[in-house]
Amino acid sequence: MVVFLTYWAESMQKFSAFELFKQGLNGQAGWKPQWRSPEPKPAYDAVIIGGGGHGLGAAYYLAKQHGMRNIAVLEKGWLGGGNTGRNTTIIRSNYLFNESAGLYDHSVKLWEGLSQELNYNVMFSQRGVMMLAHTVHDVQVFKRHVHANRANGVDNDWLTPEEAKAFCPPLNISDNMRYPILGAALQRRGGTARHDAVAWGYARAADDLGVDIIENCEVTGIVRNAAGAVEAVQTTRGLIKTPKIGVSAAGHTSVVLGMAGVRLPLESYPLQALVSEPIKPVFPCVVMSNTIHAYISQSDKGELVIGAGTDIYTSYTQRGGLHISQHTLEAICELFPAFRRMRMLRNWGGIVDVTPDRSPIVAKTPVPGLYVNCGWGTGGFKATPGAAHTLAWTIAKDEPHPINAPFTIERFRDGHLIDEAAAAAVAH
Amino acid sequence: MLLITCPHCGPRPELEFTHGGEAHIARPENPAAMNAEDWTEYLYMRANPKGLHAERWRHLHGCARFFNALRDTTTDQFVATYATGQPRPDLKGAGQ
Repeated sequence: MVVFLTYWAESMQKFSAFELFKQGLNGQAGWKPQWRSPEPKPAYDAVIIGGGGHGLGAAYYLAKQHGMRNIAVLEKGWLGGGNTGRNTTIIRSNYLFNESAGLYDHSVKLWEGLSQELNYNVMFSQRGVMMLAHTVHDVQVFKRHVHANRANGVDNDWLTPEEAKAFCPPLNISDNMRYPILGAALQRRGGTARHDAVAWGYARAADDLGVDIIENCEVTGIVRNAAGAVEAVQTTRGLIKTPKIGVSAAGHTSVVLGMAGVRLPLESYPLQALVSEPIKPVFPCVVMSNTIHAYISQSDKGELVIGAGTDIYTSYTQRGGLHISQHTLEAICELFPAFRRMRMLRNWGGIVDVTPDRSPIVAKTPVPGLYVNCGWGTGGFKATPGAAHTLAWTIAKDEPHPINAPFTIERFRDGHLIDEAAAAAVAH
Repeated sequence: MLLITCPHCGPRPELEFTHGGEAHIARPENPAAMNAEDWTEYLYMRANPKGLHAERWRHLHGCARFFNALRDTTTDQFVATYATGQPRPDLKGAGQ
């Protein structure tokens, strides 16, 4: 019992019903900060650039599964303030190709145990993700996805329009719409999670394992030795020596890897999202329409969370054109006429790094000691645990995990594209 | 929505245009002499700069002609537009 109490006193404050009760007796005044705010050390065994869910998760798995405790996460702003905090939190794994099914379903399986693993409620809710088919082409593509997914052990069901409406009652399935609904593919294991909680949960757990999380620390250069290998990072808070750098910088990946002279098949686009005023529970699942670019779910707080498509030009402005949001809202109002009179509270943009085949890169780079996790495009949140886990493996072992082995930079040279862009049949 | 100055038609709303990606990527003159690295560079690798970006636009719902533009990707401000085939103007963007 003494050992047990000592452990509790020194390590992080575990969340539990008992702890809540205990703190309640003390007026909730005994809660400690959930992670430290350390000064950067002169050197680390590894440095992760980017303090979003992907980067913090990679640090957590490096410390937890690979025993690398002398590591740091460098974040130029605040934790989870980039795309982790800007996405619409959709989680699914019903991608067409075997490689994608492996990576995304690895992620869904990690999501399923994440709250327990981190002792932090990430509010993962497997409420089902329904993708609408509006054209004969959609129907054929989605049915092909359903069969391919099942062959890969990923659940995905084909629904008639009536079955789709039964699953999501606000859906308009009348046949006089501009984009009539001919059916839908439903992944019941898909759903949503609380985006901030994912970043905070990984940060808290990584910090507990000794990881230094350093905010307001922008990387301005990557120093390489005579052999070309990574030696240090220059930051706005000084030079930090390290033999290994993992980059999870999303829209800014081209900029960061450019510091090491690495060119990538990436382009960065603005992607917008909106939330409505909060209302009572009305929307039971996630509905996506790739064809008309509308993505919608309801948060636990009651807001309708709506995602739009990307703008047509590359940009780093974190804002997009109003006509893009308008296009999406027109589609939402057609699909769900009950929402026509709702008001939108906020509208924002994030910068997403898109590859030519719309599949990510989680791999070694041509520079020894430099590893990259990028190219998640418009759908990186769902992959947070899987990307983090496989990036950590790649950094620790200097070779990819079998799951992320196909997701190299060299696939573009060798012609082994994982062409989810063509598979999704979306005008990206 | 951006206001884009077509060199042929003048300022028009973004909806009339399509974006043609990075400019000044020349089609290989002798494809047979290209190796896999050359093709990768030509087909897939992009500068994706944070700052001035030389890019192609097409005034699809106007004169339908391609032209080039220099745009600052940190502000989306167009610094210059110029005809296809012309060299990239030596200009600086906002805050550079």
